[in-house]
Amino acid sequence: MKPAGLLARKAGLGLLAVLLVVGFGWVVARSGPLSPIRVTTLRVEAGTLSPAIFGIGTVEARRSYLIGPTAAGRVRAVHADVGERVKAGQLLAEIDPVDLDERLRASEAAYTRAASAVTAAEAARKDALARRQLAELNARRYRDLGGRSFVSASAVEGKQQELDSAAAALEASEANLQGARQELVRLRADRDGQLQQRRNLRLVAPRDGLVISRDAEPGSTVVAGQSVLRMVEPESLWIRARLDQGRSRGLAVGQTAEIVLRSHASTPLPGKVARIEPVSDSVTEERIAMVSFDRIPDGLGVGEMTEVTLDAGSAQPGLLLPNAAIKSMPRGTGVWKLTAGKPQLAPVRLGSMSLDGAALVVAGLTEGDEVVVHSERELAEGVPVEVVSHLVGDTR
Amino acid sequence: MISLAGRDILHSWSRFVLTGVGLGLLIGVTLTMAGVYRGMVDDARALLNNSGADIWVVQQDTQGPYAESSSIHDDVYRTLRALPGVSRAASVTYLTMQVRRGDTDVRAMVVGFEPGQPGEPGYLVAGRQITRSHYEAVADVKTGFRLGDTLRIRRHDYRVVGLTRRMVSSGGDPMVFIPLKDAQEAQFLKDNDAILGERARTAANPALNRPGVPGLLEALQASQTANRSVNAVLVQVAPGGEPERVAREIRRWKHLQAYTRPQMEEILVSKLIATSARQIGMFLVILAIVSAAIVAFIIYTMTLGKIREIAVLKLIGTRNRTIAGMILQQALGLGLIGFMVGKTAATVWAPFFPKYVLLEPGDAARGLLVVMVICALASTLAIRVALRVDPATAMGA
Repeated sequence: MKPAGLLARKAGLGLLAVLLVVGFGWVVARSGPLSPIRVTTLRVEAGTLSPAIFGIGTVEARRSYLIGPTAAGRVRAVHADVGERVKAGQLLAEIDPVDLDERLRASEAAYTRAASAVTAAEAARKDALARRQLAELNARRYRDLGGRSFVSASAVEGKQQELDSAAAALEASEANLQGARQELVRLRADRDGQLQQRRNLRLVAPRDGLVISRDAEPGSTVVAGQSVLRMVEPESLWIRARLDQGRSRGLAVGQTAEIVLRSHASTPLPGKVARIEPVSDSVTEERIAMVSFDRIPDGLGVGEMTEVTLDAGSAQPGLLLPNAAIKSMPRGTGVWKLTAGKPQLAPVRLGSMSLDGAALVVAGLTEGDEVVVHSERELAEGVPVEVVSHLVGDTR
Repeated sequence: MISLAGRDILHSWSRFVLTGVGLGLLIGVTLTMAGVYRGMVDDARALLNNSGADIWVVQQDTQGPYAESSSIHDDVYRTLRALPGVSRAASVTYLTMQVRRGDTDVRAMVVGFEPGQPGEPGYLVAGRQITRSHYEAVADVKTGFRLGDTLRIRRHDYRVVGLTRRMVSSGGDPMVFIPLKDAQEAQFLKDNDAILGERARTAANPALNRPGVPGLLEALQASQTANRSVNAVLVQVAPGGEPERVAREIRRWKHLQAYTRPQMEEILVSKLIATSARQIGMFLVILAIVSAAIVAFIIYTMTLGKIREIAVLKLIGTRNRTIAGMILQQALGLGLIGFMVGKTAATVWAPFFPKYVLLEPGDAARGLLVVMVICALASTLAIRVALRVDPATAMGA
């Protein structure tokens, strides 16, 4: 064996041994209990935070109308269809009057007959008047004659009785006339009522609007209150937004809103909080706010899903903390603060949060404190950590 | 005095190193298999750790939410929160499903949670926690999503705002965290065709679609699509409280099943993953036996290959102890090299496994011990052969 060859072998073996030991050492250091937990940290800085509220909602009409009959009936004709714009007073549908027209004719005839009855009663009154006048003349004449004893007293009394009878007959005929007139009024009211009913079977548009559904077709029977057509006022479309109760702090009427329609996800539309419902949904734990558009977009459909972001008040200055750093604990919230390179759990009190994940620190941290934002494992008090710039890929 | 073993290794160092590396790879495979087994158990534990709960409240007579399906109303947490000893309680849903990612899909466990409550991912590796009550997601890095990506669950798109790590289901599927309300919808909402079919079926039922009762059908249909169920309520016990006492209270008075942490671990480890864990465990045992046998054979044949040299040594009067020492040293050295190569290799390739491989230092130590013992035992076999060798063999007789 040549000494040179031996040396080379020794060197080669040594190199291999060193490689192996280094590799093994790296393995022991990088994994297992000895390895530090890699974290990213951040120094707490002052800044401003714009609180915002996010919710989802559906497009609804502030004013919608359910057009239907007030009594059960069969639909005779429907004159409007879904999507049609209608004017106030426009005939939309008709309910079959069944025998109403005939009854109307009957009351028309009764009314005419009553009018004739009034004429007859008037004539009878005139007759009674004439009779009374004659009886009066006769009675006066007989009283004169009786006073001069040309006729017997009984004859005078007979004429006086005739006068009284004629007066009574006149009164009766006057009452008759009154009655006939009343009857006329009654029948006219009757007829008018039926006319009203007849008119009520014509379903007309209460306002200018858009027909959104046609619920009954000619021939189908509808009950009172059931809709034949539904219409909305397209100018009154707004959004019924549902906001998580837990994150609805600062919600107020008049706040500006950014509305994203599901059909136009890339173009947010401006709007405003028009109303906050006084009653919130206790089952879903959401508050309900009505958000109006600044300008209602063309082709907006009722029931479309939207995302609403409300600007909840002015920017608030203070210390900011990313929410990835916040640790929820049974006793409240905390952060892992790095003191002398070791993590320590420090309780913090937090204020408003913004939608981009920043939280306002109320108490517990001072400016310049180094806190752990991301970590590759669950941290514990005092474990060794290694601060890196980011843990995975790019940190957008 | 020169080291006989060292000289011998130097003499045929390439053979020695290659044997060591080969042995190392074999040990690496065995260690990895142990890691796979440990990883399975750890996946189950990770699931429990990540939920951050002391008590799991599920449907009565079920072993949910992981081992069985469980469905309870989502207002149950309010009554639980009012119990003495309960600090926090929050509803969660779990649903393993395919999450759409661009043109492909990823198998993931979708977790619906209330932000800031138990069930929230405990730490992030990038991005932020969810701030909006809808359509945001935090995904495990294993899903392959990156910040800003869009993922699709059922009919809604979610934006990935945060990434986390080691958040897996008991089956090792990475988790995707979404707000509870969205998750409820994703879990219980049928597809559009099914909804339409259901509506038509209801409308065709004359008892439900009565002409004299306007609005009845609409009300029924609305109630059919709404679902207010969750899979479980995670309860955190107030500091200093005793989980078992609170769980007993819940079981007794709320008519729900409540599991404490040890009970849940028992369900997960000894019931849910029991079969697959035993499968791996069995394989691990066989692999360990096979590895031991191979190590023994390698050392034995290595010695047999040197039988002429040993005969020469005997011929020149080398003492038996020296020869035995040489063989033992070589065997132990081989074992050490093998172990180091194996451990390094296992650590290097472990992250590339699709499921988690947990290489425990304790396992490594046990492995080292076993390797050394096997090497020592195998060398005794070889030593016996070496000592019995006839010095005349050296002459080529």
